[in-house]
Amino acid sequence: MNKKVISALLCGAMVLGAATPVLAEGAGEGQKIALVGKSAGNAFFEIAAASFKETVEAEGGKVEVVYPETATADAQIKVLDNLISQDFDAICIAANDVNALQAKLTEAMDEGIKVSSFDSAPNKDSRQVFVNQAGTVAVGQALMDAVLDIAGGEGQFAILSATSQAANQNAWIDAMKKIMEEDDKYSKLELVEVAYGDDEPQKSTDQTAALLQNYPDLKVICAPTTVGIAAAAKYLQDNESACKLTGLGLPSEMLEYTGADDAHSCPYFYLWDMQGLGKLSAYTTMSLVKEEITGALDESFTAGDLGDFTITEADDGGTEIVLGEPLQFTPENIEEYAELY
Amino acid sequence: MEKKSLIKRLTGSREALLAVVLLVLFVLVTIVNPAFLTPKSLMDMLKNNAVTMVMALGMLCVMLVGGIDISIMSTLALSGMSIGMLLKNDVIASTPLAFLIAVAIGIVCGLAVGLVISRADVPPIIATMGFMYVFRAMGYLVSNGGQWAGAAALGNFKNFATTKFLGINCVIWVVILCYAFFFWFMKWTRTGRMIYAVGSNPSAAQVSGINVKNIKLLVYVIMGLLSGLGGALQVSVYASAMPDMQYGGEMDVIAACVIGGVSMSGGRGSVLGALLGSLILATIAKALPLIPFFDQLWLNTIKGVIILVVVVMNVVLQRVADKNALRGREM
Repeated sequence: MNKKVISALLCGAMVLGAATPVLAEGAGEGQKIALVGKSAGNAFFEIAAASFKETVEAEGGKVEVVYPETATADAQIKVLDNLISQDFDAICIAANDVNALQAKLTEAMDEGIKVSSFDSAPNKDSRQVFVNQAGTVAVGQALMDAVLDIAGGEGQFAILSATSQAANQNAWIDAMKKIMEEDDKYSKLELVEVAYGDDEPQKSTDQTAALLQNYPDLKVICAPTTVGIAAAAKYLQDNESACKLTGLGLPSEMLEYTGADDAHSCPYFYLWDMQGLGKLSAYTTMSLVKEEITGALDESFTAGDLGDFTITEADDGGTEIVLGEPLQFTPENIEEYAELY
Repeated sequence: MEKKSLIKRLTGSREALLAVVLLVLFVLVTIVNPAFLTPKSLMDMLKNNAVTMVMALGMLCVMLVGGIDISIMSTLALSGMSIGMLLKNDVIASTPLAFLIAVAIGIVCGLAVGLVISRADVPPIIATMGFMYVFRAMGYLVSNGGQWAGAAALGNFKNFATTKFLGINCVIWVVILCYAFFFWFMKWTRTGRMIYAVGSNPSAAQVSGINVKNIKLLVYVIMGLLSGLGGALQVSVYASAMPDMQYGGEMDVIAACVIGGVSMSGGRGSVLGALLGSLILATIAKALPLIPFFDQLWLNTIKGVIILVVVVMNVVLQRVADKNALRGREM
C-alpha cells in the first residue's frame, strides 16, 4: 500500500517535473536566484537590485536579495555559506574583494550553482561571467573627451579620485592616461595630479582647495567618484572658480551644480544606467541557469528588450558582458534622471 | 637659568607648548607653500573642520569624567540624515527649525547613551559601541535604504554655510560661539567645575555632595547635543546628507582632544587644549595636500606620526611636570 502511494506520488512528480518546462513561457520560470550586494543601504545599488528582481519575477522566477552585515569579503563569505546550503539555481554577486571570495564561489559552482557577477567583479576563476556597467576604456574615453571639450582643447587638468587602492577608480584613471598618450589631440592637455579624497566630503574638499591653490591655471577637475564629484562641485561653485568639473556622479546630488553657464561648476558628467545594469544582469543569470550560455567567450544571447549581447574578454582575462556606453547627464536631461537616482 | 625657566614655563603649560607646535606647523607649511596662509585658506580650513571642532568640546566633557563616546558620528548621521529627509520631502523648510530638530535628536541620543552609562554602569566604550551601531542603522532606516539628500533637495538650508555675517562665515560663527560658551561654562560655572571634580576623583566628588551620576548623564547629553549640531553643520557645509557620513570620524574628534592634552583617564584637559588640538589636526589635514613632495599615499601615515609625536611629547612633559611638582613637596 505504502509503496503504491509513494510510486504514485513519484509518477505524479515526474509528470509535473517534465510538464513544467513545457508550460513555462518566461525565461526564468521556476528559477531561484540569490542576489548578493556589497552592503545594505546603498540607494544606488538598490536601483540595480530592484530592476534585477523585477526582471526575473516578470519572467516567472524568484529573487532573494541578500546583503552582508558589513561591506567586507568576510561578511560576504558568511552570506555565501548560507546560500550554498539552500537550493538556489544561481548566485549573482557584487564582490567586495577580487580574490577573497574564490574558495566559496568555486564551491558554489561545484555544487552546480551558476555564478554571475555585476557592479564589481570577483577574479576570473570565481565567476562564470561578469556584467560590466560600461567598459573601462569606454569610461576612460568619455571622461577624456569631456575634459578635452570643457578645457577647450588645452590646459591643465587634475583627477580627484576616491582611495588610492580602489580597483575601478585606478582602472579608469589608467585608461584615461593611456588614451591621452595614444592620441595626439590630447597632447595639449596636462594631467598635473591625481588627488585622493577617500570618498569623504571633508577630505575631498581639502583636496579640491589644494588643487586650486597649487595650480592656479587648472582648467578642469575630473572626479570619477560620486562623493568626490559632489564635494568638488560644491567647493568650485561656492568659490565661483573658473575651474570646471566633470566625472562620474549621481544626478540627484549634482542637480544643483549642473549647468552650461558660469554660475554652475559642472557642464556635464556621466554615470551608467543602473536600471539597465540590473536588467542585463538578470537576463544573463537566467540564461546561465537555462544553460543557454556557460560564460565562455563569444557566446551570445538575447536579453529581453535590451537586445542581443555577446560575451567578450574582460581586462582580468575572464569573460564579461558590457552594458554599453556610460550615460551622459546634461543640463537638459538631469532633472528627469534626478528623480530616479 | 634663563633657559631652564623657559622649559619650566613650557612644561608648566601644555597649552603654551601646543600653541608653539601649531605655530611651527604654520610657519613650516607657509614656507613650503605660501598659499596656505591666506585669509581665505584659513577660513576654508575652519569651515571644513567645523564639525570636528565643535564636537571636540563635547568629547572634552566626556573625557574629563573619564568616559569616551564612539557613537557620536552615528548620532551625527542620524540627526543629519533626519533633517536631510525632512527637507527633501518638504516637511520642513526653515533653517532654524532644521537646526532645532537636529539638536533635539542629538539630545535624545545623548540622553539614551548617558542613562545606560550612568544608571546601568555599563563601561562607556561598550555602551557607546552598541549605540554606534544602533544610531548608524537608524540613520540608514531614516534614509529609506541609503538615499541621499542632495544639494537640490536641501533648499535654503544649505545657504547657511555660504552666508557671511560681519565678514565671517556663519559656520565659523557657530564654532566661535560654542568655544566662547564652553570657555565660560567650564571655567566659571559650578556645573563646569563639577565635571572636573568628578573626573579627578569621583569618590571625593561624591562625598562632597556632587551627584556623580547626574554629572555623567549631563556630559553625554552635552555630547549628544553637539553631535546633533554637528549633523546639521555637516549637512549644511557639504550640502549633502548621506547615511554613511563621517564614518570613522569619531577618531578625529578623540585625536583632537588627545593632542590637546585631554587625559584619557579623566580630570585633565581644557577648552583651550581642545581648541588647539583640533586646530593642529585641521592644519595637518589642510596642509598635507599642499605640500608637493609628499606622495599622497603618505597622508594618513604622516597624520598618524604627527599625532603620536605630539601625544608622546605631551605625556613626557606631563611626567616632568608631575616630577617637578613632587620635588617641590620634598622637605
